[in-house]
Amino acid sequence: MKIAMYWGASCGGCDVSLLSLHEKILDLLKEVEIVFWPCAMDFKYEDVEKMEDGSIDICFYNGAIRTEENEKIAKLLRKKSKKMIAYGSCAIEGCVIGLANLYKREEILKEVYSKDVPSEELPEFLPYLKTLEDVVKVDASIPGCPPPSSILEDALNSLLQGKSFGKNVALCDECPRKDSKPDKIEINRIYRWHEKKDSGECFLAQGIICMGPATRAGCKAECITANMPCTGCVGALPKVKESGISMISAIASIIGNKNEEEVINSIKDYVGTFYKYSTAKLLPEGRLKDES
Amino acid sequence: MKVSIDPITRLEGHGKIDIFLDEKGNVSSARVQTPELRGFEKFCVGRKAEDMPIITARICGVCPEAHHVASAKALDMAFGAEPPKAAHLIREMLYNAYIFYDHCLHLYYLGGIDVLLGDVEKKDRNVIGLIKKFGNEIGAEIIKHRRYAMETIKMIGGREIHPVCAIPGGVSKGINEEERKEIERKFSECISFAQRSIEIFKEVFNSDRWNEMLGLDELKTYYMGIVDSSNRVNYYDGDIRAVSPSGREFAKFKANELIENIEEHIEKWNYVKYPYLKKVGWNGFFDGEKSGIYRVGPLARLNCADGMNTPLADKEFKEFRKNGIVHKTFAYYHARLIEMLNAAERVYYLCKEKEITSDDIRSMPTKTGEGIGIVEAARGVLIHHYDVDEKGLIRKVNLIVATTNNNAAINMSVANAAKKIIKNGEVNDILLNKIESSFRCYDPCMACASHAIGKMEMVANIYWNGKLYKRMIRNE
Amino acid sequence: MNFEPKIVAFLCNWCSYAGADLAGVSRFKYPPNVVPIKVMCSGRVDAEFIIDAFRKGADGVLIGGCHPGDCHYVEGNYKARRRVEMMKRLLEEMGINPKRLRIEWISATEGKKFASVVEEFVEEIRRLGPVKK
Repeated sequence: MKIAMYWGASCGGCDVSLLSLHEKILDLLKEVEIVFWPCAMDFKYEDVEKMEDGSIDICFYNGAIRTEENEKIAKLLRKKSKKMIAYGSCAIEGCVIGLANLYKREEILKEVYSKDVPSEELPEFLPYLKTLEDVVKVDASIPGCPPPSSILEDALNSLLQGKSFGKNVALCDECPRKDSKPDKIEINRIYRWHEKKDSGECFLAQGIICMGPATRAGCKAECITANMPCTGCVGALPKVKESGISMISAIASIIGNKNEEEVINSIKDYVGTFYKYSTAKLLPEGRLKDES
Repeated sequence: MKVSIDPITRLEGHGKIDIFLDEKGNVSSARVQTPELRGFEKFCVGRKAEDMPIITARICGVCPEAHHVASAKALDMAFGAEPPKAAHLIREMLYNAYIFYDHCLHLYYLGGIDVLLGDVEKKDRNVIGLIKKFGNEIGAEIIKHRRYAMETIKMIGGREIHPVCAIPGGVSKGINEEERKEIERKFSECISFAQRSIEIFKEVFNSDRWNEMLGLDELKTYYMGIVDSSNRVNYYDGDIRAVSPSGREFAKFKANELIENIEEHIEKWNYVKYPYLKKVGWNGFFDGEKSGIYRVGPLARLNCADGMNTPLADKEFKEFRKNGIVHKTFAYYHARLIEMLNAAERVYYLCKEKEITSDDIRSMPTKTGEGIGIVEAARGVLIHHYDVDEKGLIRKVNLIVATTNNNAAINMSVANAAKKIIKNGEVNDILLNKIESSFRCYDPCMACASHAIGKMEMVANIYWNGKLYKRMIRNE
Repeated sequence: MNFEPKIVAFLCNWCSYAGADLAGVSRFKYPPNVVPIKVMCSGRVDAEFIIDAFRKGADGVLIGGCHPGDCHYVEGNYKARRRVEMMKRLLEEMGINPKRLRIEWISATEGKKFASVVEEFVEEIRRLGPVKK
């Protein structure tokens, strides 16, 4: 079986995450032949162009579509591959770099370069960040930033057998603090987590925003184990269309009656809090210009 | 005529090398192009400051700990929350575990393949080819010890990649006695592995093939690295020391002073910029005392220091530096091995610190303002510089990111290597890889490199522990 | 300018939808730009519906609920109120004028109020124009 792994606008974490299979990767390597992986192998674009269409069985594409080159290679790999898998949050929903869609391209370039913007012979920095499915047909996706080994192992085993994978419950199901979640939560104050000593209970019950209820389980609640609230990197459950807004609805429902305006005012940066990894889906063509 | 290597491989990030040949088929010039940009400096504006260690970790998935910790350190200052001693120890432990695995990754999966395997066919120039040549046992050792480091990071920071524990004022999770014992056991083995790695690589260093590789490039540049109060290499904290090509101390900066002392040069054909020392000036892509180009990373750190803070690494350091400053670019690999040993030892000795299992690991914020955090990423000096407004949101972000500092030197090394390797128009995959290998010495991280140095346009007095730490000067 | 605002109104069964009915029966005039959608309670209006309405081309979204203290399901209208507050902040960050989202308390006997609220809201949206991209 021939596989490829490529990175668009990526941090490299997804490529390294393949190595988090550790010793198991040696077993995997017995069954597959990696024909293109710029991070760890020397095959170049010209080698991919020479391949026959559909000769790559599975291509993992991580990273978002930020430049013309990312888009061009995504389309090239789609042609050469039977199955194209969106690997990691960037490819699926844009991840953290999708926050760039809050700004126009000109604003970003001006911030980085002030006056002389480089442009000679460079691939175009696209007006907005796109995800993999915006440019090619995607057959499956492996979520996470990057996919932790618990999700990756499940996904790879299922993919190689042609089965579907992934849990259909929210992270709360796997959370070590589950038992301290009260039956009725009523928040009368929202704390930003650097301002409060952690009591060890459910974060929402403490008044700290945790994206757990809106996030798919599978990662075994790694961040919570390190005493930090979930930020939602594994993304939404499969049937939920807008997880950020659902979370906003949920938080609105658990705010108490006493001082709701103060509580609502204390939540800052809604997009950064509720759409940290999926801004590119919320604003696929950037911020609208309908100011007051 | 132009020959391109597209994309460059066995590194982190996107890159392209263009080699320009004259009519005789010899190299007239070469350049390294980084066609990637994501814009962190802009989209981090307006974010909640405490989210920055989580967001900036995504600048790089190979060195997320570097950004994560630098970010937390900047926020310690911005929020006026000095972490308790145990928090510093825990962060330093996480940090050294990271340096260990990052160097291990580069030495055995990325650039080091060029050193260990030499001129082999394309399909074998990777870790699988390495295991085929050296045997399954070595392969298992490499995987096992990198796994120890990743498991340690997960234990301290929650996750193997993009850990979450470094927060303004300290860390979110302590280390209990059981964890401490496990980390100590794992890293005692990592020390042996690091020593064994030095032996494996030294076999190559003593060969004729290595002399040929060393001869490909030598740049007599300035060097920059963080040192502690005894001028020993420190990845987690210290002052920045710059030394001249002849080895004398050129300057010692605190973090904020560095920003004022660096300028950037822009070329139209590259998204990355070329920093240089302002006081020396930009004189084109040349090395020497009169050129402000400087290098960072393992070779630079060892050139800037007078020793290492652990015994076995210090012994190797003395041997490495016995003839003074080392300028040959391929010596980066030897420096990297010494640092891998140093990092493993440091984690081991930190396990023996009494306060490492303390649960006093956080301080609370007391104000908002400006903050600067510096660390040495595996590839070089990294600075996060934030301005936080009264609502605790980010007003402005400056990043000086490791590989960025090396951009000019990388360009020069590739051009020098290309000129020596390509003659009379003879081009093939093995020769092109040799050119690429000069670039890989720097362990480049291009996702990190495509960032701005920028300038903060403001005036501020930074108070730290009640004393005036620095007055920031307004820049145009 | 011939811009006709398209407004989606989520009206709760017990109070505001009945109020809208009363406005009709009493022949109070109000502009035809509103698409009424009956929900059992204003608290039923998920924030998803609001964003969906804007995505599908609505120029404004109105939510009608019972007066505080009168909700048939006790607390539904309070939850709706908070959701609308939070949604306004998100809309602003997205670049959509938060004035395009409004929540009003209209009881079953307030037919006149219904008509005047709609009239006023349609005029405001007409002034704002279509959502600018």
